[in-house]
Amino acid sequence: MPFTSHLASIRFGTGLSPRIAPPASPDEMVRLLTGPDRIGEAIPMPTFLTVDPSLLDYKRATQARNRVRGTPEEEAAHEAMRALQRQARRRQRDFLMRRMARAATTEDGLRERLERFWADHFTVKSSGPMSAHLVAVFAEEAIRPHVTGRFSDMLRAAMTHPMMLSYLDQNRSFGPNSQRAKRRGGGLNENLARELLELHTLGVDGPYGQSDVRQLAELLTGMAFTQEEGFVYRTNFVEPGAETVLGSSYGGGAPSVDHVFEALDDLARHPATARHLSEKMARHFVSDEPSEDLVQTLTAAFRDTEGDLLVMTAQLLEHPDAWSPELKKVKPPRDFMESTLRALGVRAADLTALDRKPVDQIFAGPMQVMGQSIAGPSGPDGWPEDPASWITPQGMAGRIGWSMKAPSQVTDALPDPRDFVRTALGQQASEAVVFAAGAAETPAEGIGIVLSSPDFQRR
Amino acid sequence: MDRRHFLSSGLALGCSAAASPLLAPMALASAPWDARLVVIILRGGMDGIDVIRPYGDQAFYRTRGDLTRDAVEDGGDLGGFFALHPALMSLYPLWQAGEFGAMHAVSTPYRDKRSHFDGQDMLEAGTDQLPGPRGRDGWLNRMLQTVPGVESETTFAIGREDLIVTSGDAPISRWSPDAQLSLSPQARTLLELVYENDPLFHAASSDAIAIAEQLKIDSEAETSASEMMMSDPMMEQIKPNSGHVKVARFAANRLRGSTRVAAFSLNGWDTHFNQAKSLPRALSRLSDTILTLKAGLGPVWDKTAVLALTEFGRTAKQNGTGGTDHGTGGAMLFAGGAVRGGQILGDWPGLNLPDLYAGRDLMPTRDVRAGAAWAMRGLFGLDRAVLEDAIFPGLDLGPDLKLIA
Repeated sequence: MPFTSHLASIRFGTGLSPRIAPPASPDEMVRLLTGPDRIGEAIPMPTFLTVDPSLLDYKRATQARNRVRGTPEEEAAHEAMRALQRQARRRQRDFLMRRMARAATTEDGLRERLERFWADHFTVKSSGPMSAHLVAVFAEEAIRPHVTGRFSDMLRAAMTHPMMLSYLDQNRSFGPNSQRAKRRGGGLNENLARELLELHTLGVDGPYGQSDVRQLAELLTGMAFTQEEGFVYRTNFVEPGAETVLGSSYGGGAPSVDHVFEALDDLARHPATARHLSEKMARHFVSDEPSEDLVQTLTAAFRDTEGDLLVMTAQLLEHPDAWSPELKKVKPPRDFMESTLRALGVRAADLTALDRKPVDQIFAGPMQVMGQSIAGPSGPDGWPEDPASWITPQGMAGRIGWSMKAPSQVTDALPDPRDFVRTALGQQASEAVVFAAGAAETPAEGIGIVLSSPDFQRR
Repeated sequence: MDRRHFLSSGLALGCSAAASPLLAPMALASAPWDARLVVIILRGGMDGIDVIRPYGDQAFYRTRGDLTRDAVEDGGDLGGFFALHPALMSLYPLWQAGEFGAMHAVSTPYRDKRSHFDGQDMLEAGTDQLPGPRGRDGWLNRMLQTVPGVESETTFAIGREDLIVTSGDAPISRWSPDAQLSLSPQARTLLELVYENDPLFHAASSDAIAIAEQLKIDSEAETSASEMMMSDPMMEQIKPNSGHVKVARFAANRLRGSTRVAAFSLNGWDTHFNQAKSLPRALSRLSDTILTLKAGLGPVWDKTAVLALTEFGRTAKQNGTGGTDHGTGGAMLFAGGAVRGGQILGDWPGLNLPDLYAGRDLMPTRDVRAGAAWAMRGLFGLDRAVLEDAIFPGLDLGPDLKLIA
């Protein structure tokens, strides 16, 4: 089945736009990926250490409050802490809109989709009001730079990021015989070790058992972070002695983070990892039931290049299944909203300028009704892949309601639905949706019907 | 092609636009039984040992360090061997009234890999092995498949997330209390047209429109019932607008009408860290939920059984960070006017090292599916064979648990 540029931007990008031409070929899509991250530079995001407000800002505000406890200045110091929390919540919305603006206006939609896919693979969530905005920072810092690089580098970046270390409790896990545990108590926490094997690398059907989980948890001790420096390796947390994971021995002797990295590299290139990630990528982009040929093609690409994700992605675009005309996947709520903004030709600056209230009203609130809370998925396994998980009655009520209402909130003048159906769907528009767009009683309903249609909701 | 022509050709092709729920509100039918069942899936692995604390077992104090503090003093005594977690004390009056109890040392047949996601899939599928990727068929739905006269409004799956436990061939309704939908007649007609050839979108949107319509009709009666509910003294401590309370209120409103089964989930049970703080948060959501159901159901509470089930229990031993890791055996909680509360069911295996499963987890001594099965047998009069073959394949029901009064 042949490549079409409309299908390319719908299935592998963030949708069609009246302003931006869709990619002309798979080669062009790969060329854009290997080039500079233009939209990332145009709409920048901060890092864990440069973000405002940072965890360090909050730590200092807390210390300042503690110094004046019991004095008349305490209330003002406390208010300063609350102000930082409010600012963090505003920042969370700000980052949501920056990332939506990227998707709505980029020429290189596949990069956004890859970031989304891999950030979901390495799902992190915030543990409190001061880190809600740092989930987006994690994706920017640990995932985005590696979507066209090596999986082992992405794995290392994800495992050493403060958001991952705190979400899966690694920064508080101490070797039972470590100096720290002997002096001040505490011990092991298996959370990250288990998810690292089950979700991030081998997969739940992979060749590991409880003892591998336990041994890996011991090996991971020492991985921690500080508000000042980000990732640190604390040798006094480290469980002494060597650990055996999947039959290989790591460490022993002087503690070193290199022992951890050695194990991460081995897990990253394990055949079970290659298979697990290939199935997942095929399911995400093509079909919930991908062909064995597609999965094997991706697995071979991953294995032969020791996890070169650019090669793997290029192989995906080269495979005939990638261009099968039937749209088997459904856009998750955020992707649906972004492709709407893109089809309406909304400008990036109009999105990034929105305040917290309209962001909640137009985007975050409705997204939640559609089943995608801005707080993230319920667990570290990320958002569901199968269309039936999203296209529920409650989810459809959210999607239809938003389709009818939101376009008027984000554009001054609604386009004519008869034009819009072509802009938004190109060659993909069915006879029924073209007819319905023209038969609606008002422009808002016409556009709402186009957006609610399976033609637009699927990819 | 003009609109009239398109619509009539759609009709000719078998699109029964006039009879479609997209165009007409659903009719209410009578339900197969009068009893009510609420199933709550506790996601993350509830620590049964901490919730229903075996203070009569000396090994409890050895395996649980900080987490045994105030084991009995602040909690409620549950018959001389177990004590209720202090954060569930608002349910203690229900225990005393015989409307709250637990079944301890239970689990699904899931073993050893201790994955939340596989564990939850198995709990909801109700099978004795992991369901394949296509086998998203839940035990509540299979139960409905065995009963004649089931309509979609007989069962409500509530919340934003899809529930496997209610998925399958029997008709059910799915809704989230924060969803609403109102459309012009013309928009409905055109949506019918664009969804016609996509069964997934057609079914979901038809249900959405039908349910939204029905809720609009019901909403007046519910407003006064909700006001009554909020004046209940047991509800004073409960924030009426939190998500879980809205879900429970919505469930109660449905169950007072023609709905007989409601299912939803409560998250937040994965207490790897500082369980003394994190578990009470999840427990108070659970007790809010149960008290909201009781207040909202009014007299219907007497015919209601609430079952709270989780994918697995947690390690017998406290971990190094004041929490517990994924385990095996745990507890099922039950409540309602229809249950025989005031008792802890199950055979306690003990927490001494040789008594543990794989040297680390509470040994499951009974299949948690037996608890759900006996509850449904008591409520709905289902046959033993149907329960053991069709609903919970591979389950041995075992002796009667006498869970329903």
